[in-house]
Amino acid sequence: MPILRTVNLEQRAGSARLLKNINLEVERGEVFIIVGPTGAGKTTLLRLLDLLDAPYAGDIYFDGRKATGPDVNVMEVRRRMAMVFQKPVVFNTSVYDNIAYPLKVRGVANSIIRSRVGELLEICGLSGLGKRRAKTLSGGEAQRVALARAVITGPTILFLDEPTANLDPASVKTIEDLLAGFNRRDSLTVVMTTHDLQQVQRLAQRVGVLMQGELVQAGTPREIFHSPGDIRIAGFMGIKNILRGIITRQEGGMAVVEVKGRVIEAVSELPAGAPVDIYVRPEEIVLSLQELRGSARNTLAGTIISIGLEGPLGAVVLDCGFRLEALVTARSAVEMALQPGQAVYATIKATAVKVLPALENAA
Amino acid sequence: MQELWEGLVQAVQLIVRLDPEVVEISLRSLYVSAAAILIAALFCVPAGGMIHFHEFRGKKVLINVIQTFYSIPTVVVGLFVFLFISRAGPLGGLELLFTPGAIIIGQVILILPILTGMIISALNGVDKSIKDTALSMGASGSQAIWTIIGEARFAVVGALILGFGRAISEVGAAMMLGGNIRGYTRVLTTAISLETQRGDLVLSLALGIILISIAMVVSVIVNVLLQRY
Repeated sequence: MPILRTVNLEQRAGSARLLKNINLEVERGEVFIIVGPTGAGKTTLLRLLDLLDAPYAGDIYFDGRKATGPDVNVMEVRRRMAMVFQKPVVFNTSVYDNIAYPLKVRGVANSIIRSRVGELLEICGLSGLGKRRAKTLSGGEAQRVALARAVITGPTILFLDEPTANLDPASVKTIEDLLAGFNRRDSLTVVMTTHDLQQVQRLAQRVGVLMQGELVQAGTPREIFHSPGDIRIAGFMGIKNILRGIITRQEGGMAVVEVKGRVIEAVSELPAGAPVDIYVRPEEIVLSLQELRGSARNTLAGTIISIGLEGPLGAVVLDCGFRLEALVTARSAVEMALQPGQAVYATIKATAVKVLPALENAA
Repeated sequence: MQELWEGLVQAVQLIVRLDPEVVEISLRSLYVSAAAILIAALFCVPAGGMIHFHEFRGKKVLINVIQTFYSIPTVVVGLFVFLFISRAGPLGGLELLFTPGAIIIGQVILILPILTGMIISALNGVDKSIKDTALSMGASGSQAIWTIIGEARFAVVGALILGFGRAISEVGAAMMLGGNIRGYTRVLTTAISLETQRGDLVLSLALGIILISIAMVVSVIVNVLLQRY
């Protein structure tokens, strides 16, 4: 049974629909990351899940029980949750009092508070800072205080709203390591938002993609990165070489797609006449000076527009009637003496061309 | 100029010698205004909190009205309270007129608007994220409100000092409601007013210095305490 589930959750601000039809399931003990561009509604969703705001419509179920509606004791439910905000929030008291706060409001005995705070100061690398005024901490330290304060009660679920967005890389790593630790050791369920896709790959067990207030896809990071549900998601995931075309012929799962007058063959079940968005990963494109003879179905002639470096690889941008980006090793770039203006052939296997039904107003 | 200097020297001597009348008037002033600010605070902190934390129709208008009353003349407050507690007034039976209690009532009413208004602005100055954090850390509604008031403590105490300053330095209500009765309702401001008219400038100066000193000392002590917490 999922620890957290939403049913047709909707939120509005005035007449604007910030979130619509959110059906989300978070399993016990997993790290679930909600990604999406700025303004997609990530913060709005987390505020609903933490019961800070009431939804316009729809329900939230937490640990098998309804957590929305008039008969719910919101504080009781909220006391099994915790939230860390994007901008580190600390009370204008000592670090110790900040971390102790959730236990104090629950009326926990001072002796227990002392030992718990001591433990967390150490785990979070804040030993010796207990007496410091929390406002004088750096952003990274303050966020660690916020994290320690959030987990001190041993919550069932922890929400984090882009917790590392304002931090330097070292602090980001510290926070991520702490989160992974709490998740592993204490089986803490973590639901966090981010727009950092690398963070998704580092932390997430499952991912939900939120775009324009809708949960457009949910799955494992592998599913999301390798089979994005539509071209908007693919674009957000940083996938390159996205092209708009139309299927002109369909033969037993092999589709011929026309893109700006050029013909590309791809594996797809979509029928002839269907408008489609296709994309090809740059690493799936083979460049050559002569036309390659082989099993690959697509060979496109083009001219090099520019060559850039991407780590040890060369990113070659071609004009094939449309823009195409290919990756080559630095060595083969030298061997082929690639330079702007040069004519080359791009070879792509039909299986490397991903075809998605065209989306209105996208691509 | 010479006269002013000599007056100052004698005034300091009066204070250093702890002249009984000077001490008695000073303590009464302190007592009356401290009582006024405490009573006003008991009302204004919750009232300011209620107004800040609740959305209702006419909230802006109410805050505007409160701000308008910041500068209510002390004699108008004096007159208003006088009408209520004089023998013919609705509260005449309590026989409060010309007692220290009457001055306290006048000063409470005088500082209600400024204290409430300043507390509302103090709470406005606290980031909304504090409330969210308090609630998400498991605070109840009232615990969250106290947390926010705690975050605003510098501004809240600033408001209290300002209110105390207005109370201890006003003369209109103290004169009209207390009657400046020697040994009973005479406070620093009414004494200064009287002694100046009678020509005892030295005593007036001494009382004036004390009045300013009290305001300064209170402010310094409170600030030192705040810095510690």
